[in-house]
Amino acid sequence: MTVTNAIEVSHLTKKFGDKIAVNDISFNVKQGEVFGLLGPNGAGKTTALRMMTTLLKPNSGQVKIFGHDTIEEGRLARSMFGLTGQYASVDEDISARENLMIFSRLNGLSRVNAKQRTEELLTEFSLVNSADKSLKNFSGGMRRRLDLAVSLITRPALIFLDEPTTGLDPRTRTQMWETIRKLVSHGSTIVLTTQYLDEADQLADRVAVIDHGKLVKIGTPLELKQQVGGINLSFSVTEVQQVKAAVKLVADQLGTTAQILGQRLSTNLASIDQLTPLLIALKQAKIVINSLTVQEPSLDDVFMNLTVGKN
Amino acid sequence: MDIKTHRGSLIMNTATMAYRNLLKTIHNPDRFMDVIIQPIMFMLMFGYLFGGAIAGNVKNYLPTIVPGILIQTMLSAASGSGSQIREDLDSGVFDRFKSLPMAHIAPLAGQLFADILRLTVATITSLATGYVMGWRPEAGFGGIVVSGLLAIFTGWAISWIFALLGLLAKSATTVESFSMITMMTLSFLSNAFIPIKTLSKTMQIIAYMNPITYVITAIRQILTTGRWTNEAFLVLIFGIMIVAVFAPLTVWAYNRNN
Repeated sequence: MTVTNAIEVSHLTKKFGDKIAVNDISFNVKQGEVFGLLGPNGAGKTTALRMMTTLLKPNSGQVKIFGHDTIEEGRLARSMFGLTGQYASVDEDISARENLMIFSRLNGLSRVNAKQRTEELLTEFSLVNSADKSLKNFSGGMRRRLDLAVSLITRPALIFLDEPTTGLDPRTRTQMWETIRKLVSHGSTIVLTTQYLDEADQLADRVAVIDHGKLVKIGTPLELKQQVGGINLSFSVTEVQQVKAAVKLVADQLGTTAQILGQRLSTNLASIDQLTPLLIALKQAKIVINSLTVQEPSLDDVFMNLTVGKN
Repeated sequence: MDIKTHRGSLIMNTATMAYRNLLKTIHNPDRFMDVIIQPIMFMLMFGYLFGGAIAGNVKNYLPTIVPGILIQTMLSAASGSGSQIREDLDSGVFDRFKSLPMAHIAPLAGQLFADILRLTVATITSLATGYVMGWRPEAGFGGIVVSGLLAIFTGWAISWIFALLGLLAKSATTVESFSMITMMTLSFLSNAFIPIKTLSKTMQIIAYMNPITYVITAIRQILTTGRWTNEAFLVLIFGIMIVAVFAPLTVWAYNRNN
């Protein structure tokens, strides 16, 4: 069976006056994958997402949701996905249960089905005890949970999450990640925007880095990290007069030129296997070292590398 | 699994949206302020303050002031439509509505449907307060119902104008302050509280240019004669014309917003 695409985005462009918010972006999202749109504030992530979810008309380009054009077949496309917006897109003035009921009805569920689905979702998202309370007393986490629950009423195969954890405390954030992982394990395709690199790293199968409206890079988190370079090794030499000898030794062993900052040396390892011979060589040369760190590149490095100097 | 939305679900979607508006009102009773508290307060205050001065006593003043306050209340209830639409558009929940596979126009239709309910509540409150104060129109119950329906229809027609305003305005506060000024000007520069002949020539011209004067005259005529008069017919036509002009404009502005 061929892998069908959940989303096909081609040459998507949106201008606001003179400002090009999204500039000729094209990518596909495969069925069942978690796709991350990563970028700083104002990069155009949300604008791109709003076009993908039919909320905004593009100036040019096209989005297809499971093969359905978002402009020509808007209503059909809309029936294929659930959206959780950046700002709580639930009704503040009414209770959680009423929100779920109303959105179930608006999604076309019959009264009986709407009632049943509402109870299911209240239970699933641990909102039963606060179901009839005013949303004004809800915490940020509860609001997001309700928001997500509303997006899942029709069990859509595709879910858009716009910055799902922005403004949440670390614990609630981890809970949200767990919920998202659970959705993935049920086979949902997820598109999420985030400005947190660790979030993309944790959740996304593939990441598109967006900066200034342009698609800068697309790939798995691993690919993106590898692109930045190997593993970073850094250590301090205890005796200042041994720094030169240490640099020479690193050059002999690794074939790299170490960067020096005071008594601290920093260089790249092609692979982690190179570490042991280097340490043995240092010991044989009687060079005493301390505070050694070995660090794989993070998406932060990728991000800085791709967008550096442009902001 | 999921149930597909059916064709022609516009009515169902609109009913759900109207139900949502009703729920919002129940959870926020201050939304009832302008349709319950305001008419009661104005009726009591104006009736007992000016009754003696204008008509000799309160009872004689009631046939003048009851239709006047009824229409004033219609104006303020109708103007509430605009700020509610603006508030909705500014909240995140509207994005959700737009992303649902529902009838595109349902949020707007639901609002205007819920307006009928608000206007009905306002009409009943106004007329009932008058009744409690001793108002007994010659036309009897039938006349009261007919004049009430005409008032509701006029109010509903006007709420289309305010809905358009709500869609075009920058913020709910803008709409609210504009509504307040319109409501005050239109209701006070008319025959709502005083006989026009007591006014100076210039003021009479202004009052006769005010369409609200004709609405109030028509309602008074129905209540005193118990008959459907030419004025009433004129007001009905005028209301239909407002809807015919402003409904398409409002829908256009709503679509443009999306």
